[in-house]
Amino acid sequence: MDDAAVIAALRARDERVFAELMRMYNASLLRVALIYVATRSVAEDVVQETWIGVLNGIDRFEGRSSLKTWIFRILTNIAKTRGQREGRTVPFSALERPGAVPEAAVDADRFLPPDHERWPGHWASKPEPWPEERLLAAETRGVVERAIEDLPPAQRAVISLRDVEGWSSEETRNALGVSETNQRVLLHRARSKVRQALEDYLMEAQ
Amino acid sequence: MSATIEQLSCQELVELVTDYLEGALPQGERASFEHHIDGCRGCREYVRQMRQTIELTGSLTPADVGPEAEAALLAAFRDWKPR
Repeated sequence: MDDAAVIAALRARDERVFAELMRMYNASLLRVALIYVATRSVAEDVVQETWIGVLNGIDRFEGRSSLKTWIFRILTNIAKTRGQREGRTVPFSALERPGAVPEAAVDADRFLPPDHERWPGHWASKPEPWPEERLLAAETRGVVERAIEDLPPAQRAVISLRDVEGWSSEETRNALGVSETNQRVLLHRARSKVRQALEDYLMEAQ
Repeated sequence: MSATIEQLSCQELVELVTDYLEGALPQGERASFEHHIDGCRGCREYVRQMRQTIELTGSLTPADVGPEAEAALLAAFRDWKPR
């Protein structure tokens, strides 16, 4: 179904389409809400309020952005207000200046020092191939899930949208209201940490 | 391509992997990147692991809100229905 069909169905109060839309976006909405509010239960409230907002606004929606972007904009506004009310300093910098605090993809001690006479900055302990059968084990997926849960909220939201949900970078950027560069910085940090978690897990039992 | 390919260290390369995979590296840097992984087993493995990480992440089932929350929303939808 394209946007126009979905919008028409919502305006016609088609419950099936509404339920389908919720199932499609609820997980992502929750992730994004968690950038702004502290707990999952508040984030769930925010998602609920978002859908009420969607229902109340759908008759006036002019289609100047995609439906998806519009829904996420409603969510972000509600989540920001809610976060402020909770007295939570909204981590704008997490979205607007994620590069402000340096963060290495790989620990510096994995590399030779910058003043090394022959190979400055080269691997001191280089990555070894992962055992294929363990990589594909169900347990390993649990490691990835936990690594994602442990990420700071903005990184978690970006990797969830991009790599779990399979959204394009443009869709992700629009949903979060971040620049392309910042989206990439957040994605890079998130993926790097998940890779590290996998390496720690897969190599320890070797 | 020019012969003056800038030398990247491994430590610099690992910070460029996402830009590389996203197709966001300028041509010169892309050439240095590829030149480096051609000759460096550690970095080649690193890039492979990043791809494996992305693939594995893509095989996860998206999280969901609880069934209660969904039921509450559908109830709200029914209340809202009659304009």
